[in-house]
Amino acid sequence: MRRLWIGLTYAVFLILLIAPLSKIITSAFSGGLAGLGRALGRPEAMHALMMTGAIVVIVTLLNTLFGIMMALYLVRATWLGGKIKSLLNSIVDLPYAVSPVIGGLMIVLLLGPDSIIGGFLEGTGFRVVYAFPGMIIATLFVTFPLMVREVMPVLQEIGNDQEQAASTLGAYSWLTFRKVTWPMIRWAVVYGMVLTIARSLGEFGAVLVVSGNIMNRTQTATTLVYQDVENFNVAAASGVALVLAVFSAGLLLIMEWIKKRKEVH
Amino acid sequence: MTALISHKGWTWGFRSTILLYFFVLIVLPICGVYVQSFSAGWNVFAESLSDPIAWKAVLLTLKLGLTAAMINVVIGTMVAWVLIKYRFPGRTFLNSLVDLPFALPTAVGGLMILLLLGPGSWIGTAAEAAGLQIVFHQPAIVIAMVFVTFPFVIRAVQPLLEELEVSQEEAAYTMGASKARTFFQVILPSMLPGIISGGMLAFSRALAEFGAVVLVAGNIPGRTLVASVFIYGEVESDNPVGAAAVSVVLLTLSFTVLWLMNRVQQRGRRA
Repeated sequence: MRRLWIGLTYAVFLILLIAPLSKIITSAFSGGLAGLGRALGRPEAMHALMMTGAIVVIVTLLNTLFGIMMALYLVRATWLGGKIKSLLNSIVDLPYAVSPVIGGLMIVLLLGPDSIIGGFLEGTGFRVVYAFPGMIIATLFVTFPLMVREVMPVLQEIGNDQEQAASTLGAYSWLTFRKVTWPMIRWAVVYGMVLTIARSLGEFGAVLVVSGNIMNRTQTATTLVYQDVENFNVAAASGVALVLAVFSAGLLLIMEWIKKRKEVH
Repeated sequence: MTALISHKGWTWGFRSTILLYFFVLIVLPICGVYVQSFSAGWNVFAESLSDPIAWKAVLLTLKLGLTAAMINVVIGTMVAWVLIKYRFPGRTFLNSLVDLPFALPTAVGGLMILLLLGPGSWIGTAAEAAGLQIVFHQPAIVIAMVFVTFPFVIRAVQPLLEELEVSQEEAAYTMGASKARTFFQVILPSMLPGIISGGMLAFSRALAEFGAVVLVAGNIPGRTLVASVFIYGEVESDNPVGAAAVSVVLLTLSFTVLWLMNRVQQRGRRA
């Protein structure tokens, strides 16, 4: 009985995860190392990877900062009523429920060339949709809950006794945060950052809608994979996909490592 | 310096910045979609939805999403059970592998399935010879959805199983219950909240899935065109009102599922 269940579990993993993963490796190397080099050496591939890198850095920085603050307010703020807090708390999760394509559509509707705000910005020569800022906003939207949801439970668990003690002793809020709160939420923040990086690295739907997928201008690594597949250039698509997969696997390893650190803590 | 940092104005500036960021980034866009789809009146909204391509896409998404969630409920419960209850070589490795679909870009997931099952691969060729069509047909969409939502049920059930005390199981055995009876009367009820909430999460995620599906579905209207791909097509063909109408239906569905899930979780906590 026991053998059967373990065997079945292995079969599920093998079919659903391991076989597809190894297939992408063999496909990326189907033209040998030179083929992989050609796929990645294309100017559009280099540009797409650079775009993805830039988005990951900017989005992770912004959402780390705002995510920590939002979590602090949602748990600690006394200036927000309890009702408002629980309302805000449920709104935080909404991006999880929104299809990425709809997330992209929202930004096109709100800031696109036909909208009031977008039209105004266009007049001043600042393009949001079908340009870099829109892609940043789309990724920010999609990744917003990750940091908040990692930090909030930790804050709730540790309570605010120590923080109160610190401020009674006369430490002002920044110092309290740095000396008391930060050491306790540190690993949760790092974990949230890794999650944010993984999600913004792989964001596809929202970015595809907002960017218009213009080669060498607004194309990211994931939308390049899509375009290569549409053009029946599967080998090149696998090359770029392999780079993304290696990054995600690396992030997964870091996540495992942090989980262990958190337990020790 | 101290006076500058502890100045009241800073606190207010900070608070308003964070709240403003939150409202502009999250609340405003979601309201925007609802406003836009009703901006031309109720009739236009109904008209956009009565387009057979649109409502067929929504129904197809529901059907396939439900299928994928069901599959995940079954294999997810099994995997969670095996990973917690048994010790065997490779267990930790498999346990970390569970999260792979979360970490992997969905477009990469779609490409993997395409490579594995597509024309030219040996599975694809074999299936074709047997008269089965997978890629560019509905089975491929279900597989893509199962792949993307794989971790949900497992990660929801695992903590519950960890909490379940061995003594309860042993008590049931000692009192003469058969293995099957112990499973159905002791173990399954304690896993149930996790199975339900994990399955619901998987369902709402499957409804929303785009990246993996767009690559493996043939996107033929009425047959393999799911709602998210339909929305993308409408945006591309410059029909934001039609896109917004279907989006509103899909969003309302996902929000309802999310709300129901919260209710289930609160119930579980109280019990």
